[in-house]
Amino acid sequence: MLIKQAPDIPSSQITPENLYWNRRSFIRAASGAALGIAGTATFGGTAGDLLAAPQSDLTDLRQSQFSTADAPNSYDEITSYNNFYEFGLQKEDPKRYAEELSIEPWSVRVEGHMNKPAANYTLEDILAPHPLEERIYRLRCVEAWSMIVPWVGFPLGDLLKRFEPTSRAKFVKFETLVRPEEFRGQRARNLQYPYVEGLRMDEAMNPLAILAVGLYGKTLLNQNGAPIRLVVPWKYGFKSIKSIVKIEFVEEEPRNTWNIAIPNEYGFYANVNPEVDHPRWSQASERRIGEFFRQRTQMFNGYGYQVASMYDGMDLAERY
Amino acid sequence: MRSAKTLVFCLCLVPALVLVWDSVTGGLSVNPIEDITHRTGDWSLRLLLVTLAVTPFRWLTGWNEVVRYRRMLGLFTFWYASLHFSTYIVFDHFFDLRSITDDVVERKYVTAGFLGFVLMLPLAVTSTQGWIRRLGRRWSMLHRLVYVAAVAGVIHFLWLVKLETSEPLIYAAVLLGLFLVRVVRRMLRRSAGHRVSSGQTPATP
Repeated sequence: MLIKQAPDIPSSQITPENLYWNRRSFIRAASGAALGIAGTATFGGTAGDLLAAPQSDLTDLRQSQFSTADAPNSYDEITSYNNFYEFGLQKEDPKRYAEELSIEPWSVRVEGHMNKPAANYTLEDILAPHPLEERIYRLRCVEAWSMIVPWVGFPLGDLLKRFEPTSRAKFVKFETLVRPEEFRGQRARNLQYPYVEGLRMDEAMNPLAILAVGLYGKTLLNQNGAPIRLVVPWKYGFKSIKSIVKIEFVEEEPRNTWNIAIPNEYGFYANVNPEVDHPRWSQASERRIGEFFRQRTQMFNGYGYQVASMYDGMDLAERY
Repeated sequence: MRSAKTLVFCLCLVPALVLVWDSVTGGLSVNPIEDITHRTGDWSLRLLLVTLAVTPFRWLTGWNEVVRYRRMLGLFTFWYASLHFSTYIVFDHFFDLRSITDDVVERKYVTAGFLGFVLMLPLAVTSTQGWIRRLGRRWSMLHRLVYVAAVAGVIHFLWLVKLETSEPLIYAAVLLGLFLVRVVRRMLRRSAGHRVSSGQTPATP
């Protein structure tokens, strides 16, 4: 059969091999989830785990200079101890009820002050041009516990640039999925939903800020914010919004959900800061999961070298 | 009866035994210190409410002997509170007196918890027959501190939760109920012209 010659494709549009395989593995994971088929390669899980949480390997990951050399917490720790109130208020609820959420199909709407037209994007479209890297980051919860998490993702700034935000785009606002029939915590209305978070534009463009799609080289489990979530490691964990369905360029500082819930306790910036206490507890120390004794909390969670300059001249006790 | 007291003793031990079992079999979460702290605190509060329910239960059922269990329940309350406090001293602060003092002074939920614990100390010490005799009528007055300790305990819990206030509010409601029963009974007795009687067991505070 005669195969017609395809029109010339500019080399810039030819998918580099590593991306090609990344995307294939991602689609396989996503469709595997839809068909309930177990993914390839286990991670020491049981057969039950495989069937319950179809995942796929994310291969050919770049390493990052921003990764910490410290040993990450175990996969079990990271996937079984979560604050994800959409699933319930207990730490074990997200893992327990993870199966109630279906993440296929998934779309992310991008809109707001940008030159590109507002549209809904599939995960494929979102991920297409971005090589995935492993980022081993510290995660510090506002409750004063912490973990080290080997995320797989890519810089948020690289995604945002594609949409050409205008000068009126001062902040980026994110929203989580609202689906009360699958998120039992949304039926209980423990917080105001959709969960909203935001970053100032310079924070969003900071190379540390990533969108994560995987963990330990595998696609995210639901309890960790599948299929795509934000990770801003120099801020308290509640800023790292999970299961993102909307990204919006806005002019006004968005009211994030925890600030709406308890305004005198949770602010917009939420930078990890041992010198600014929560009104009811100290932020000077934290419990690293896996350790018995507490450790000192570091300014900006130890990422000051990369982020401190964004806050020069800002009163961090006021803009908490 | 002896065996009934033994039974109550064993029942009071069960939460601690379950905790030990869970600790060694991996039944705790990946933050075991948090779990131990939470569970010992929980049981301290629950046993405190049970202890405070003894006297209303006696009024309701007319079963006077139930008062015999009150001391054991109170001491177990104190025991769980001691375990809770020890976990905090060791694992949150590793005996660092300065950082503990800092917490007690600065963090209001720690202030409340510390107050509740400290108030229970004289109650535990004077729980013996010897002290009941020695203090006479003043024993009842001293042991009214249990009400303050109970309120401090509930407030401690309420002030430390991030958002999940339903649990501490339930304890608050139960405590309020146990107070109301006492208040209402006193009002009813006053209006009926009765005098408070004194018997073999110490007068109900």
